[in-house]
Amino acid sequence: MTSFERFAATFLDTDVALRYAPQILEGVVTTVAIGLAVVVTGLIAGLALAVLRACDLKLVNLVLIQVVDMLRALPPLVIILIIYFGLPSIGIVIPSATVLWMSLSAVLAAFAEEVFWAGIVSTPSGQWMAARSTGLSYFQALRFVVLPQAVRLAIPPLTNRTIAITKNTALGSAIGVNEILGQAMSAEAFSANATPLVMAAVLYVLIFIPLVIASHALERRHAGWRR
Amino acid sequence: MDALMQEFFNVSVMARVAPMILRGLLETLLLCAILVPIGLVGGLGTMLLATSRNRFARAFAVVFIDLFRSFPPLVLLIFVYSGLPFAGLRLNPLSAICVAFLLNASSYYGEIYRAGVLSVPHGQIEAGRSTGLSAAQTFVYVTLPQAVRNVLPELLSNTVELVKLTTLASVISAPELLHSADLARSLTYNSSPLVMAALIYLVLLWPVVRLIRRLEHKLGTS
Repeated sequence: MTSFERFAATFLDTDVALRYAPQILEGVVTTVAIGLAVVVTGLIAGLALAVLRACDLKLVNLVLIQVVDMLRALPPLVIILIIYFGLPSIGIVIPSATVLWMSLSAVLAAFAEEVFWAGIVSTPSGQWMAARSTGLSYFQALRFVVLPQAVRLAIPPLTNRTIAITKNTALGSAIGVNEILGQAMSAEAFSANATPLVMAAVLYVLIFIPLVIASHALERRHAGWRR
Repeated sequence: MDALMQEFFNVSVMARVAPMILRGLLETLLLCAILVPIGLVGGLGTMLLATSRNRFARAFAVVFIDLFRSFPPLVLLIFVYSGLPFAGLRLNPLSAICVAFLLNASSYYGEIYRAGVLSVPHGQIEAGRSTGLSAAQTFVYVTLPQAVRNVLPELLSNTVELVKLTTLASVISAPELLHSADLARSLTYNSSPLVMAALIYLVLLWPVVRLIRRLEHKLGTS
């Protein structure tokens, strides 16, 4: 066997690939489903928190900012493990996929709140005044004038953060969620072959590279728009 | 409420596992002391390639950055740690972490440095060259300091992310804070050690997060 054949047999074994393809594709479905769920809940919660912060209630904002900072400072794996191992002991049992979704959504919401808030703050105050002087209420001005501009400003920095947090669905493998990495690791153990890991790596790149490239395009367009 | 305190804030459990957790903390600090410089230097290299005049170097840097930005860091770590041994390259956990973080952190830091370098007006470079500095001297004394200052919040925030990522080492059983906390949890059947680890991460990183918030604000208004 030449060294290339040996390499192919360990990393690109078609038999192994075919045998474990269904299992790993199941993992893809799980990863994409949890990923999408995290993006939707995280961004909506983040936007809602930013709007709440715009209401300017002193006590609420004080708590909000501390919680957001805390979620930015804590490693996501720590949050996941505390919820996963801690809650059952006080009688709350949550499936591991739900724990993953909740934890990552909370982290994304914290980062998204910060970015949306920056967008709201950077909308020129003249926009507020103009909107209010046309007879719009505070919330109408926020909803129809300020938020559309704020969200537009927020999109490029949010894309990067959202991709980084969605990639963390791979952390689910640490608590037994059957996403791509978890499936690939068990397939690797069963087949004593590295092919499933290569499949997982390729699948992650296929899923995330379009998003990464799209984020570059967004950044470029944004830079042009601002100038 | 009592059950909640028992499970998450059990002081006697915390006191019992404290030495173990502190040893984990030392390992984490050591890990950070190795990984942050690796990432910063690797990122500098990636940025030099990405901004070089050679077309192939630029193309390589673009592919490198995008590729490792789309890999979840944990997948990279597992691949290096448990995939490469099949190719006859068996790394101990620490070297596996170093390799995986070099690839992951270089691409993130590289992208940040690049944005910083591009934000320095070209006149600065021309002025530097016309005072008789060489291209390399101009880069080191004129471009780089301004570039780093312009992207300081991003550099810091990526460093926070990097420190948070060291928790992944626990997945391949490398000794670090989360790993010892999780071990303590399984020994005591109690989540307080994990809460203790969370508190330590907060003490380490919360002030940095606040500092980043301040810096972003300052640079944004200036």
